[in-house]
Amino acid sequence: MGQMQNRSKNRAVRHRLTTRLWHWLNALCLLVLIMSGLTIFNAHPRLYWGEYGANDDYAWAAVGSSQTIGYVRVGETKIDTTGFIGNWQDSEGKVQTWAFPGWATIPSYYSLAEGRRWHFFFAWIFSVGLAFFMIRSLFNRHVQKDLHITRTEWRPSHIWRDVKNHARLRFHDDGAVSVYNILQKLSYIGVIFVLLPLMIFSGLAMSPAMDANWPLLTDVFGGRQSARSIHFIGMFLLVLFFIVHMMALVLAGPLKQTWAMITGGKREGGSNA
Amino acid sequence: MRKLLTRRSLITGAALGAGGLLSGCDALSRSPAFQNILGSAEDANFLVQRALGDRMELASEYTIADLSPKFRANGTRDPGTPDYTASAAQGFADWQLRLTGLFAKPQIFSLAALQSMPQRTQITRHDCVEGWSAIGQWTGVPLKLLLDLAQLQDKAKFLVFHCADRLGGRPYYESIDLLDAFHPQTIMAHRLNGEAVPVENGAPLRLRVERQLGYKHAKYVTGIEAVATLDNIGSGKGGYWEDVANYEWYAGI
Repeated sequence: MGQMQNRSKNRAVRHRLTTRLWHWLNALCLLVLIMSGLTIFNAHPRLYWGEYGANDDYAWAAVGSSQTIGYVRVGETKIDTTGFIGNWQDSEGKVQTWAFPGWATIPSYYSLAEGRRWHFFFAWIFSVGLAFFMIRSLFNRHVQKDLHITRTEWRPSHIWRDVKNHARLRFHDDGAVSVYNILQKLSYIGVIFVLLPLMIFSGLAMSPAMDANWPLLTDVFGGRQSARSIHFIGMFLLVLFFIVHMMALVLAGPLKQTWAMITGGKREGGSNA
Repeated sequence: MRKLLTRRSLITGAALGAGGLLSGCDALSRSPAFQNILGSAEDANFLVQRALGDRMELASEYTIADLSPKFRANGTRDPGTPDYTASAAQGFADWQLRLTGLFAKPQIFSLAALQSMPQRTQITRHDCVEGWSAIGQWTGVPLKLLLDLAQLQDKAKFLVFHCADRLGGRPYYESIDLLDAFHPQTIMAHRLNGEAVPVENGAPLRLRVERQLGYKHAKYVTGIEAVATLDNIGSGKGGYWEDVANYEWYAGI
């Protein structure tokens, strides 16, 4: 008991157990949700704004495919994506004209029903996990201690200095890897408290039953097709976050950092990158 | 020692998880047992979505200004059978809707009889499982009025909608439970945007069950059968797409 009190007062590990468990559960959920989401997207690879939108309506973004080419159109700009999106070869060398290729989807073959089952099962785990992590992070003061942005940090000069440091690939000027810098705090807060909940609510806004239960939800997003577009853009931002997250990991020492996210790591000294 | 074990099992778990995820998803996806596990989330969707709102909550309704310029058709665009084509040629004057099964007073309605009953007109959003949506104005007779005339027996738990079209050689059918059957927006529609329902959209009669996805809205409806269980209809999953492609019976999301 005494040891526990001591630990909670003066934490020895860099990443708390809750943070670590949630991090890996969340990584698995997001991977499955993105890949099964791409299967669902393949059923109708066109995005619209507003309440309605079908094949005869204007899509602000769409994947075009034929036996010879694949392309992505955003607005009036067409990008040739032959071999990658809209026209690609499966593992048997056969040309497929689904939007996203088999290696990016769950399951790797087209099955809307199976994609939806994967998506909704992991959506539940993801949502419950996120809610638990948010509440726990407020109660164990992870948010207030590690993610709270101080008045000094909000100063433009401070943010600009951090931007310059990032551009020079110097992430922790004082060498304390345990302390998050302003850009890190902003991106973690943005993802955990804005982007991830946005994914849940824009997903729910597409449900006809939820439209009857909570009509305001769909209205907030400006209609079911807007919610679908926002859901897709949110997915795209999460992929970007993942790429930046991986770049930071590689630059900060991938083995040591990953090990710390598994075992907790040391909070003071020793684990500076 | 305890710590070592924990680390080791964590790493093994993570490695198995990552490797398994990439190579094993398809195998898992094809396994009926795993499908059942994934399917449990659908049961949760059903329970939570039904619990969240007033059970008679209405789906959003829109105005004429919100209508889709073209209401997209999907699935069968023309049943094309000799019977259907002959009926279409005379404006479906001989079309019949039969209420059979667990009713105290089974009924047969002509299209004209349905049209002379009290009507409901609603402008709603049709949401396809594929992701697209279309807004249309539907006019039809509330299903509740037909059920009141035919009088459901106590054993009846579901309504099965039999259709004139076949997909891949199998007759199309769908089913709903009694909560949706008695919902005020559940109508047997014969008009779309002020005109008789076009053939591609389900002429002369289609179900509108507004709180569910498009494949539940059976087109070309010829019969409504009241049943205690869905086991003996089709392959037993409650609908054409449910039987053929494992779509969910409850399509609220």
